[in-house]
Amino acid sequence: MSGNEARMDLERIDVSRRRFVVTGASIAGGFVLGLPAIGLSNDVVGGEADSEHQIGFFIEIAADGSVIIGSNQPEIGQGVRTALPMLVAEELDVEWSKVSVRQMPLGIVKTADGYAWKYGGQGVGGSTGLTGNWDFMREVGATARQQLIRAAAARLNVPVSSCSTRPGYVVCSSPAAEIPYGDLVAAAARLDLPAESPPLKEMKQYRIVGRRQKTIDAMDIITGKARYGIDTREAGMRYAVIARSPYLNGRVRSFNDTEARKVDGVLDVFKIDGPEPGEPYLILANGVAIVATSTWAAIKGREALQIDWDPGPNASDNSDAFWQQNHEMLKSTGQVVVDDGEFDKAMAEAHQVIERHYQVPFVSHQPLEPQNCYAHVQEDRCHIIAPTQMPSGASRAAAAVTGLPRENIQVDMTRVGGGFGRRLTNDYVAEACMISQKTGWPIKLQWTREDDVKHDFYRPAGLHEMRAGVDGKGKVIAWTQRLVSASKYYRRPNMTEERLWEAELYPDDFPRKIVENFRLEYFHNPIGLPRGSWRAPAHTANAFVIQSFLDEIAVETGQDPLQLHIDMLGEEREMEYGNHGGPTFNPGRLVRLIKFVAARIDYQKQRPDGRGVGLATHFTFGGYAAHAVEVTVSPQGQLKIERIVAAIDCGFAVNPQAVEAQLQGGTIDGISTALGLEITVKDGQVQQSNFHDYPLLRIAAVPSLFETHILPYDDTPTGVGEIGIPSAAPALANAIFAASGIRLRRLPIGDQLQKAMAG
Amino acid sequence: MISFQVNKKPASFAGDRNTPLLWVLRDHLELTGTKFGCGIGQCGACTVHIDGHAQRSCITPVSAIEGQSITTIEGLASADGVLHPVQKAWLEIDVPQCGYCQAGQIMATADFLKKHPRPSDQDIDKNMTNICRCGTYVRIRTAIHRAAELAESGE
Repeated sequence: MSGNEARMDLERIDVSRRRFVVTGASIAGGFVLGLPAIGLSNDVVGGEADSEHQIGFFIEIAADGSVIIGSNQPEIGQGVRTALPMLVAEELDVEWSKVSVRQMPLGIVKTADGYAWKYGGQGVGGSTGLTGNWDFMREVGATARQQLIRAAAARLNVPVSSCSTRPGYVVCSSPAAEIPYGDLVAAAARLDLPAESPPLKEMKQYRIVGRRQKTIDAMDIITGKARYGIDTREAGMRYAVIARSPYLNGRVRSFNDTEARKVDGVLDVFKIDGPEPGEPYLILANGVAIVATSTWAAIKGREALQIDWDPGPNASDNSDAFWQQNHEMLKSTGQVVVDDGEFDKAMAEAHQVIERHYQVPFVSHQPLEPQNCYAHVQEDRCHIIAPTQMPSGASRAAAAVTGLPRENIQVDMTRVGGGFGRRLTNDYVAEACMISQKTGWPIKLQWTREDDVKHDFYRPAGLHEMRAGVDGKGKVIAWTQRLVSASKYYRRPNMTEERLWEAELYPDDFPRKIVENFRLEYFHNPIGLPRGSWRAPAHTANAFVIQSFLDEIAVETGQDPLQLHIDMLGEEREMEYGNHGGPTFNPGRLVRLIKFVAARIDYQKQRPDGRGVGLATHFTFGGYAAHAVEVTVSPQGQLKIERIVAAIDCGFAVNPQAVEAQLQGGTIDGISTALGLEITVKDGQVQQSNFHDYPLLRIAAVPSLFETHILPYDDTPTGVGEIGIPSAAPALANAIFAASGIRLRRLPIGDQLQKAMAG
Repeated sequence: MISFQVNKKPASFAGDRNTPLLWVLRDHLELTGTKFGCGIGQCGACTVHIDGHAQRSCITPVSAIEGQSITTIEGLASADGVLHPVQKAWLEIDVPQCGYCQAGQIMATADFLKKHPRPSDQDIDKNMTNICRCGTYVRIRTAIHRAAELAESGE
């Protein structure tokens, strides 16, 4: 997620949570921080767990001491189902080995002033799953521990101050006594909550948090028991697929389902109306739904359909024309969105002016679990089971389709086979609801891979013109980025043309305020492709561009790239940062990282021709990362990544095991995308269809020499899901230049090296 | 009617003979550990063992497995629940992120190690072609080597 959109989403979560915390007592009779007060436990817990053993919404402790902790957030592989319960368990003071995790459903309650969160804000995007729940989850654990202590003190008839805990037990010093938590839960759950939250542990007291904890669901995953959305099977369920318009904004003119209905198992075939061109998306495309008794029958039925498509208004959209237009547009003046200092004057006075163009393509998310959703729409209610990053969005989508009040829409979450931002939108939930509503059946809608490649909310593509003015001493005194892109905010509700740039340029990114005379200029080039948030949104494009350009400035001015980074970033200091990930950005933390990775990879060592090292660093959504990549390039242009060193500063690593995984995965995502991934359009149709022409990286391209390092900073965690990706691609491109002298300014890299070497 | 064995138990399928084994396992036999990823044999999320060999079930028509013995991720551990060395290694190295591809990765690795009991990194690069979108490849590589050690020591 990016900039304002991320902020909007976060506000939704934060505001609602505040309301929940502040007004929860008056609207629902007294629950705070997920802990039901006396008399309410049956009401509010009802049906979700055995209230005998439950203390609040999140915690259940059995007589044998085993603990079930609810996880309120979607698990998309980022590790929240492990990390958030770790926070609860730490403060609750239980053994981690006794903990198992239960996925909580979407919890929204209707109140006098709108809908409020029942279990705190739910939704993962913008690397906020951990940070947004850091205080909340610790308070849940600490509050439950406090209630257990109070229940024990009452039972022993001793002052609360004489009781403490050891893992799983309340311990009383005088008289000496130990009571297992399991014996105290029922009494603790009935106690009123004190007005003040209990104190939280200090970092040095942590036994669980800050230590490597393995994925809590790993056993289920490696034995095939973990349930994803696609594994949903409910009584009476039918299977559906949709034939979607291959043309962007195309429509069904007519269709012939005679052959489709002959396919064994096909039950129904009907048209699905999609959005009007230019209007916000509820679903992505017009099409024809096929409902069958099995997934395969539905797929076969779809193959047998004959559909006459009206290509619609985007039938002449072409990627080649898009890029030509981008170059043309740069000849005019765009919307100047930042204009610090005296840019023109500084540029006129510069000793040297460097100008470069970079091209970043459309790319697709492609989580490995294709989109799917179970929906059962009935007259007065609806049940959704979906792999989604935004369960509240699923609820809104279902409400929009069915007209049902949201309190009558139940949304259950499964484990999610990858997010990457694709499942921030719930178009597939809306589709499943449409089909269930039309047929009356419980429906599992299944997308195929081809559906997923051709119908996505793609990462925007853009052409970036970079210009820098450098003084006689090699200091950058003026800087501009002029970007033509297809904005992510295309077709957003309540979006104005003047704000489209906000999704594409995060103005407080490096080097703003470091280079005094600084200008950002934006041009929008519309194209029919839907756009959305793709892991670390505009950071992936801008980090590639800025970090490549910085390397070029160093080369052009005869400076060492590492030294230029260090000189420009400067000392540790908190600079204002108004975009998502703020309120401040400390460039000195990037210096520490880039020096570290440079030292690890032996950056200063002379290397033979054909071998080189590249560096890059970036601040993303509150977290800091740097990459050093070493490559060889053969005389034929064969590229081999020899070694990768990645480092992250996420403040405090709650679960280093998962932070390391995200840094590895983010790095590989960045490299995979840079090497070979691009979505193109011809005659209004997406040209790619599956992994043969959208070639995600395989293990062979990942070097055996691959190091990740977590550099602790302070006691405040940042998110980690998106931090590891942006600096990977520019480090690779800079390494390719160091090895071969070939500067790649257009992504993906594809066969450009072979062509350059041959030419 | 096509008859075969799945995880040492008899199974049969009476529908469309062209139905990919993947969908027979998932929709009809309710063995959902085997995953649908691409449908064209590219990603390997659907990998199962057919008579002991790793195959991509999304492009294997059920008609091709008459009389054969299928092992899915649900049947990889021994009957008494002892995990396969590859599963043990995957746990020890903590490979999964989203986890969706991992059943396929594990099934592919289990067969690969039969042919390459102590693989080099080059052996891995040449033979392991399953896609992991989360990019768990660093841990997959470590886990493959660890699984080879565990298998060699009989664990």
